[in-house]
Amino acid sequence: MLARRIIPCLDVKDGQVVKGVKFRNHEVVGDIVELARRHADEGADELVFYDIAASTRGETVEPAWVSAVARVIDIPFCVAGGIKSVDDARARLFAGADKISINTPALQNPRLVDKLAAEFGSQCVVVGIDSREIDGEWSVHQFTGDPDKTRRANRRTLDWIGEVVDRGAGEIVLNCMDQDGVRDGYDIEQLSAARALCPTPLIASGGAGKKEDFKTVFNQANVDGALAASVFHKGLINIGNLKSYLIDEGLGIRP
Amino acid sequence: MTVGLIDTGCANLASVRFALERAGIDYKVAVTPGQAGACGRLILPGVGAAAPAMKQLDASGWSEQLRRDERPLLGICLGMQLLFEYSAESDIACLGLVPGEVARLPQADGLVWPHMGWNALDVLQPNNALLSGIDNGAYMYFVHGFYVPASSFALASTRYGADISAIVNSRHVYGCQFHPERSGEAGARILKNFAELVR
Repeated sequence: MLARRIIPCLDVKDGQVVKGVKFRNHEVVGDIVELARRHADEGADELVFYDIAASTRGETVEPAWVSAVARVIDIPFCVAGGIKSVDDARARLFAGADKISINTPALQNPRLVDKLAAEFGSQCVVVGIDSREIDGEWSVHQFTGDPDKTRRANRRTLDWIGEVVDRGAGEIVLNCMDQDGVRDGYDIEQLSAARALCPTPLIASGGAGKKEDFKTVFNQANVDGALAASVFHKGLINIGNLKSYLIDEGLGIRP
Repeated sequence: MTVGLIDTGCANLASVRFALERAGIDYKVAVTPGQAGACGRLILPGVGAAAPAMKQLDASGWSEQLRRDERPLLGICLGMQLLFEYSAESDIACLGLVPGEVARLPQADGLVWPHMGWNALDVLQPNNALLSGIDNGAYMYFVHGFYVPASSFALASTRYGADISAIVNSRHVYGCQFHPERSGEAGARILKNFAELVR
């Protein structure tokens, strides 16, 4: 049975792992390689690194830390942040990343998704979507790395998921911004709606606060993986304990 | 003994290189067969699609070399699929080192496509040296949309809408559909076992 994935997300800013609440007020939580190794040792199934400032700075992530991570960990990892071209993606993949994830650049240039899928295969092309409910509708946001630049993209979340999958995205990370950092549980309603129309792997993001939240999102929204940041970095949830709990609850999980 | 790592210009060479370094396995990157002349065994990694990879192997002389080579060979992911006779991915002939064909994974009810993530091995031939220390049920990391149906050449299989060849072997030729370089300790064990195979 294919295991549900537990995915710590490390938001990276200026070479350090940071975490904010609802995308604001970032605090430093530690060194990239050290945290990557710790999460892998604890049983993480995959890691995601978001250089949250890259899109807003107009820079791309540095392959130097990508290969530093690739050297030490033996589980897959995905790199996101400011990847605007096939060359940007190639540099990260050649440095040892298994997947690249694009968010704001895909909104600015949707054809980039097609190009990346054609060049590297859909399996390494992840599209990250930051979504928030506005006027009763889920809509996509962009430039979420910088609160002063964050703005609504003129797209409905569910439409955008359908479009990027058609263009060749191999996985969707749906970050529900209203839940981000507040540890009140995943947005089951939105994730279930996304699941119903998403034929590729779907990863839930935003809102994990306790072990039960993971069980709920797997059982009720039927997502392939659950991503979380602060609960892992701050040690509020130990990944090994979380996995034992989920196995006891009958979920297919890699021990 | 040095492992020759066949470079087809695909993206995941770094992952395999780092995994070999972590496992303490000496390797040499080889774009052409001549560069691996002193290597005692070979690894054919793979990411991407079958057609461009076969084109690269043909152009570099590797296709011809591998068809007459007798050194232990390990194909990884697409590299495993290329060991077989034919791939439906690009409707092309492959290396033909192991009998069988590559087909598209069926899009079964309720399963997302492609097969991406950690899945458990059903060990079929536990006495094969490549599987030394690998428990039945060990999880490995898979990422693929095409597959080789489990056959008598499968040392281990996994289940995802079909019985998938997870580890294959025919004579000196081995293959893993999953990525041992990204499959934690169990994956590292496979690489070590391959490096220590008695010829």
